[in-house]
Amino acid sequence: MTEAAKSVISIDGLQALIDALAAKNYQIMGPTVHDGAIIYDAITKTADLPAGWTDRQDGGRYRLERRDDDALFGYVVGPHSWKQFLHPAKETLWKASRGADGIVVTAEEPSPQKFAFIGVRSCELAAIAVQDKVFLEGPYLDVPYAERRKDNFIVAVNCGEAGGTCFCVSMQTGPKADAGYDVALTELHHNGAHEFLVEVGSEAGAALMQEVPHRQASDEQISAAEAAVANATNQMGRTLDTNGLKELLQGNANHPQWDAVAERCLSCGNCTMVCPTCFCTTVDDHSDLSGDNAERVRKWDSCFTLDFSYIHGGSVRTATRSRYRQWMTHKLASWYDQFGTSGCVGCGRCITWCPVGIDITEEAAAIRAAPMTDKEKPNERP
Amino acid sequence: MSEAKRPRLAVWKFASCDGCQLSLLDCEDELLALAGAIEIANFPEASSAISDGPYDLSLVEGSITTPHDAERIQMVREQSKFLVTIGACATAGGIQALRNFADVNEFISVVYASPHYIKTLETSTAIADHIPVDYELHGCPINKMQLVEVISAFIAGRKPAIASHSVCVECKQRGTVCVMVQGTPCLGPVTHAGCGAICPAYRRGCYGCYGPMEDPNTAALAREWQQLGKTPRDVQHAFRTYNAGAEAFLKEGQAHGN
Ligand code: SF4
Ligand code: SF4
Ligand code: SF4
Ligand code: SF4
Ligand code: SF4
Repeated sequence: MTEAAKSVISIDGLQALIDALAAKNYQIMGPTVHDGAIIYDAITKTADLPAGWTDRQDGGRYRLERRDDDALFGYVVGPHSWKQFLHPAKETLWKASRGADGIVVTAEEPSPQKFAFIGVRSCELAAIAVQDKVFLEGPYLDVPYAERRKDNFIVAVNCGEAGGTCFCVSMQTGPKADAGYDVALTELHHNGAHEFLVEVGSEAGAALMQEVPHRQASDEQISAAEAAVANATNQMGRTLDTNGLKELLQGNANHPQWDAVAERCLSCGNCTMVCPTCFCTTVDDHSDLSGDNAERVRKWDSCFTLDFSYIHGGSVRTATRSRYRQWMTHKLASWYDQFGTSGCVGCGRCITWCPVGIDITEEAAAIRAAPMTDKEKPNERP
Repeated sequence: MSEAKRPRLAVWKFASCDGCQLSLLDCEDELLALAGAIEIANFPEASSAISDGPYDLSLVEGSITTPHDAERIQMVREQSKFLVTIGACATAGGIQALRNFADVNEFISVVYASPHYIKTLETSTAIADHIPVDYELHGCPINKMQLVEVISAFIAGRKPAIASHSVCVECKQRGTVCVMVQGTPCLGPVTHAGCGAICPAYRRGCYGCYGPMEDPNTAALAREWQQLGKTPRDVQHAFRTYNAGAEAFLKEGQAHGN
């Protein structure tokens, strides 16, 4: 998009944007305060947004705090991710029943509702792109995901501040949205005015902006937006050196650091559940008491459970060290082999929401600091 | 299913509060289907009509606390083709396993007017400590939908779809904001799923009602609890509740002094 495509809207303009989406029958999801955190839920008005709140995040720690302004997007990503709408935690895939006419199998009908997401951060756009690769590319299309992903309207927000566990700069996924959105906002507190710089990223976005009162952005406003993003860039809470990381991790499968982390790791699975790119599921088959009805339910799964690697005779990854290694090397190394991209977008959720604050960037750095020499490496993985 | 082929069910009570077996009667929506699918042959809480064994499926509630019960459980096993223990009492000794950490005779002398009438064991132990058990359904109390799942699976001859991972997985599937990361100590990471992560949804830490999960790292969690300001005594108390006798919780409780 050219500079000329940049415009400015007020808070009322943002409301008009939300109203225009509602009029087009979008189910609108956005950030809102609930149980002491900023979560994603249905919203209808700008007043639902977390005005004047920010989040303090660190390993295993999250607190909301009051800001000294009334910013609507003055925080980063929280415990939820858009994955919960596009790839929900639980869904029934089909039901079967046995009657006079034999066995009838019915697939679940997709909901006709299309999603609009408000406040999607750059790292989250990258995460959605990663899940698109997983579910929509390759030989097997995930039909329920494709249905939910269809015709999404995405309102991105460029970060003006980074969180304590963010490292999108290292992963080259942020803090400024550069693709995958319909419109992108940058929140401006400039010369006493509280406004949003709008960049249009798609035809749907351009069409919607026709319905939203806006004016052309001034050069000053454009540089204020650039300064906000630069501020976030300079504030990254974490860094991850990705140089040769895949080879480093794959070449250190027996590093003692895996034992060190296993001593602290609870195998609780929180990191995989909060990760916006983790896609693993399991299916439960249920039959009822009569034996005449059955259903198949798909649920999020985690490589930290023993059932995850269960094959005939037992689980393959019985030790926590091998489960943590699976998680981290999948995110940072074997994801490249599988999908041609990193499985980590640097959002920091796995660090913040680990109950014991295990930090993927620290674990990678520990291995980098003292990689095993060829002499130390056994011939085989255990 | 024809009357003759319906499997015969028996429900047995040992030292317990009845809460788990009553969850069977609490399955209002499923009760008719249950009665159609299974012959309730021996369930004194539900009906005084009791028919003799053998039984195809026995549900056993409660722990072994008396010499008489230690013998009676052998008789139950002999009469049962498939035996499922239900609840924390039956699977871990229950809250009454707290006696295992004290002198039971002292309790008896304080509580009962005529202590010599009381014949009890020094310990409260899980059913599996006495007889082979085919399946254990955890919880204090058990989740009634999981009980229906176990019975449905038994009827269909399939494995019950019951996970043994942490409560955290259920907590996240439910979309709850983690209370531990917000500063409230929680036993969810070491606790067996099954309740649906109720307590965190009401802003409480998990109390560990479903006992240890499949691979609990209790020591690491206990360290984190102390980081959050809990004393070793608090940690011991947290591990010594309904599942105090379950091995992992027992060990962690012992590791933290008074
Ligand atoms: S990781 Fe980057 S894009 Fe994501 S919330 Fe943090 S600063 Fe924003
Ligand atoms: S890290 Fe684990 S849960 Fe996540 S996608 Fe990989 S295998 Fe699945
Ligand atoms: S691995 Fe951690 S930092 Fe990377 S995308 Fe997943 S949750 Fe975010
Ligand atoms: S790294 Fe943290 S969140 Fe992940 S399984 Fe281990 S303890 Fe749980
Ligand atoms: S609140 Fe408790 S159960 Fe839920 S994720 Fe956090 S530690 Fe686990």
